[in-house]
Amino acid sequence: MTDSPPGLYVHIPFCAKRCSYCDFYSEEKSSLVKKYFELLGAEAGSYSSLFREFGTLYLGGGTPSLPEAALIEGVIDALSRIFDFVPGRETTIEVNPDDITKEKARSYAAFGINRISVGIQSFDDAELTFLGRRHDSDTAVKAIDILRSEGFSNIGIDLIYGFHDHTEESWRRTLVRAVKFLPEHVSCYQMTVPVNTRMGDLLAEGKISEIPDDLQRRLFILTDKVLTENGYIHYEVSNFARGEEYISRHNTRYWDRTDYLGLGPSAHSYRSDCRWWNVSSVEEYCTLLEKGGDPVIGREELTQAQIDLEDLYLGFRTRKGAALSLIAQFVSGDRILGELAEDRLVSIQGEYAVPTLSGFLVADRLPLLFY
Amino acid sequence: MKNIRNFSITAHIDHGKSTLADRMIQYSGLVTERNFRDQILDNMDIERERGITIKSQTVCIPYTTRSGKEFVLNLIDTPGHVDFSYEVSRALASCEGVLLLVDASQGVEAQTQANLYLALEHNLEIIPVINKIDLPSADIERTREMIEVELGLDGENAILCSARDGVGIEDIFEAIVEHIPPPSGKTDSPLRALIFDAQYDPFRGAVISCRIVDGEVKKGDTIRLMSLGTVHKIEELGVFKIEREARNKLQAGEVGYIIAGIKTVSDTRIGDTICLDEDPQPEQLHGFKEVKPVVFSSIYPIDSDDNTALADALEKYKLNDASLTYQRDSSAALGQGFRCGFLGLLHLEVFQDRLEREFNQSIIMTSPSVEYRFVLSNGEELVVDNPEYYPDPGLIEMAKEPFIRATIMFPEKYMGAVMKLCLARRGVNSHFNYPVPGRIELFFEMPLAEVIDNFYDKLKTITQGYGSFDYDLLDYRTDDLVKIDILVNGEKVDALSAIVHRDRARSRAVQICDSLREEIPRHMFKIAIQGAIGGKVIARSTVSAMRKDVTAKCYGGDITRKRKLLEKQAKGKKRMKAVGKVMIPQDAFVAVLRTHDD
Repeated sequence: MTDSPPGLYVHIPFCAKRCSYCDFYSEEKSSLVKKYFELLGAEAGSYSSLFREFGTLYLGGGTPSLPEAALIEGVIDALSRIFDFVPGRETTIEVNPDDITKEKARSYAAFGINRISVGIQSFDDAELTFLGRRHDSDTAVKAIDILRSEGFSNIGIDLIYGFHDHTEESWRRTLVRAVKFLPEHVSCYQMTVPVNTRMGDLLAEGKISEIPDDLQRRLFILTDKVLTENGYIHYEVSNFARGEEYISRHNTRYWDRTDYLGLGPSAHSYRSDCRWWNVSSVEEYCTLLEKGGDPVIGREELTQAQIDLEDLYLGFRTRKGAALSLIAQFVSGDRILGELAEDRLVSIQGEYAVPTLSGFLVADRLPLLFY
Repeated sequence: MKNIRNFSITAHIDHGKSTLADRMIQYSGLVTERNFRDQILDNMDIERERGITIKSQTVCIPYTTRSGKEFVLNLIDTPGHVDFSYEVSRALASCEGVLLLVDASQGVEAQTQANLYLALEHNLEIIPVINKIDLPSADIERTREMIEVELGLDGENAILCSARDGVGIEDIFEAIVEHIPPPSGKTDSPLRALIFDAQYDPFRGAVISCRIVDGEVKKGDTIRLMSLGTVHKIEELGVFKIEREARNKLQAGEVGYIIAGIKTVSDTRIGDTICLDEDPQPEQLHGFKEVKPVVFSSIYPIDSDDNTALADALEKYKLNDASLTYQRDSSAALGQGFRCGFLGLLHLEVFQDRLEREFNQSIIMTSPSVEYRFVLSNGEELVVDNPEYYPDPGLIEMAKEPFIRATIMFPEKYMGAVMKLCLARRGVNSHFNYPVPGRIELFFEMPLAEVIDNFYDKLKTITQGYGSFDYDLLDYRTDDLVKIDILVNGEKVDALSAIVHRDRARSRAVQICDSLREEIPRHMFKIAIQGAIGGKVIARSTVSAMRKDVTAKCYGGDITRKRKLLEKQAKGKKRMKAVGKVMIPQDAFVAVLRTHDD
């Protein structure tokens, strides 16, 4: 936990078309869009006494760039009336390249949005088709140009790799192309195929296959190599920033267990060692709020052991690492740490055990070694 | 005595034994419909699930004949497996007759025949019953013919029954009364009673099931268990009517229970004779023998801190299972545990299952072993049932292992497959005959070690369930025996060591190594698995290092999902055993136990 002011997440659960690999909650066609935006305000209002001031605002999806800009303006206005935001807050919106027009970009800037996360995924058109994206690489390039020309100075690019038939050569091409735009931030998500997706079905039917771990490993290392050579900091398993100031302040709150509030269906929140989450259906969400009810469907109070496990696993996902004082609490913690250091999976830096690149590659395994 | 009939039901598995017992009990009105449940005599979950009877049960059924005479029919339900054949033989020795149940759609099967022989051995009156006549596939005429031809019994007069629908139950009762002779025995002679079972009651101690052969026994009598020489005062006796029903006395011919302040079933012996302390008898009833374990395995708690809990559980378990033996044992890999002795592999499996289920013990069990004998160069003879104590090979003059005589019955067409199996299992001196046309009775002398290694299941598979099997211990024979050790990253996993015949060593070691490769999860480092005799590696496999294990994305702020997965994995790790730095899951030990040759 840190003393930073909490983060605010708003889920925009609408997509023009679902990507074949995505199992985040979203609706493809919904008549509830307008009503949903109104009710977001109602949900936010219910937290007005629990949360006062936020350090970040993050509009994620779904596809937040899909609804007309006025709706985004509306929700930001509503939130600003209910909550305070620290001066110079980080305000991010996730966008799809083909939604970006000059007008939209200008509006976003006018609403105070100062960070754009562009879902480019790949610069290879065949790959984009396979991934079920609606844009092509030209559209992606155009979107970045528009955003730059409208003055955005903190642009993040999201990329995906390690899917069926992906090769080191094609991934390198995408990476090299991406860094040419000098994005302030790059997220590179290695593909895991969720079961309830079109791609999951193809996999189950044997029409596509997952690539071997060995290649996944090489792709991960290649990602690190290309991006760090180009001046990026590998600060989380999948995240790179072109300088300390471009590290995602919002996402960092998840990893260092700062409080955050999530609004909208399927959004998760965390405050004072308590986690809770909302129903994952727009329809139910709207019905509940209209009736003056509460869309929260799950809640848990963390025990100290759970807090420790979270600190450990989240710590090993970032370059901050896991605190030595935490590790010392585990039976044989220091011995195991010694072995990890010897195997070059972590390095001891000050009061933290920081994962190396090889450590990042097995970040899900590291915490288990202490149990 | 004229109005008593003591009988058992015997059948090939799935021919409807438990269902028939259920119907007979329901017919008698011993339990209300509300309290009735299927397989009422099978109390243990494992009995119900596997459809086998493990413990004998007795029920005293009152019956009034069509002509109005009142009878007491004692049904003695016997275990159905070769491991418990001694218990079965004592239960049958307490009967005068047996219902031989044959499935109308399946006809006579191997077990039917084996059961027939067992009944004949005890001079029992045999009443053939054709069950499941309600099935569309029932072929009553053919079944009658098979009973005539293959069993040599009166097929024409076999009783037709559908235990499921309750058809023919009364005919069965009438036949029992008419054909099974009343018990013989002298009422006025001194007491002699045969113990055929004992169950543990947490409040009363051992509850002995017995058949009063001669004389009578009353509440308050002081009895003597002849083979043990112990003396006990009877607190209560009576008959089983599902629940115990106390009486003042039991007389010659009757079957009932005795509670006499005996602490545990281990303080009794199945097959022992009870007499009155004041009137000691010169001769025990025929057929008593001490049952000795023939299969040995070590058990270890998954969580090494749980040794006390396991010790408690064993003590409790032993209260109701006199055949189990155990003593403390320790393993470098698995810590403190117990070496246990069993009557056979099923007994072992039942034990493992009940220990987990009823006593909540998570255990690792080592490969079962028989008792080997080694003559050393200094003339000493060493008895070894645990590979851990395999002597220095340089000192071994002679190694000996127990042999059995296997009796296997099956339809002729499986001859090739069965011969092949027996020869692969180092069987020798075979001969066979045709008890009836089309059926083979095959005798083989075979190492017991080969039999406990899944032989029975294998036989069942290759004969499609038609093979039956029984065995007697013969003698010890000289053989070339070696010990295989399994090394994981150079560390010996003593619990996986096994004593095997030299010819089988390599294939066995390869199997274990392969099976471990499948079962041991990837670690952060490469794991070498080796099988070795002495210092010589004869098999190897490798688990490559885990070099990638990371999810790209934590779902937004959903920290819970991944944490829960980690919690589950951490819990799973608790069920693993550390050998050096390698975590071996319990399943790996189980899998090794289940890997077999051929």
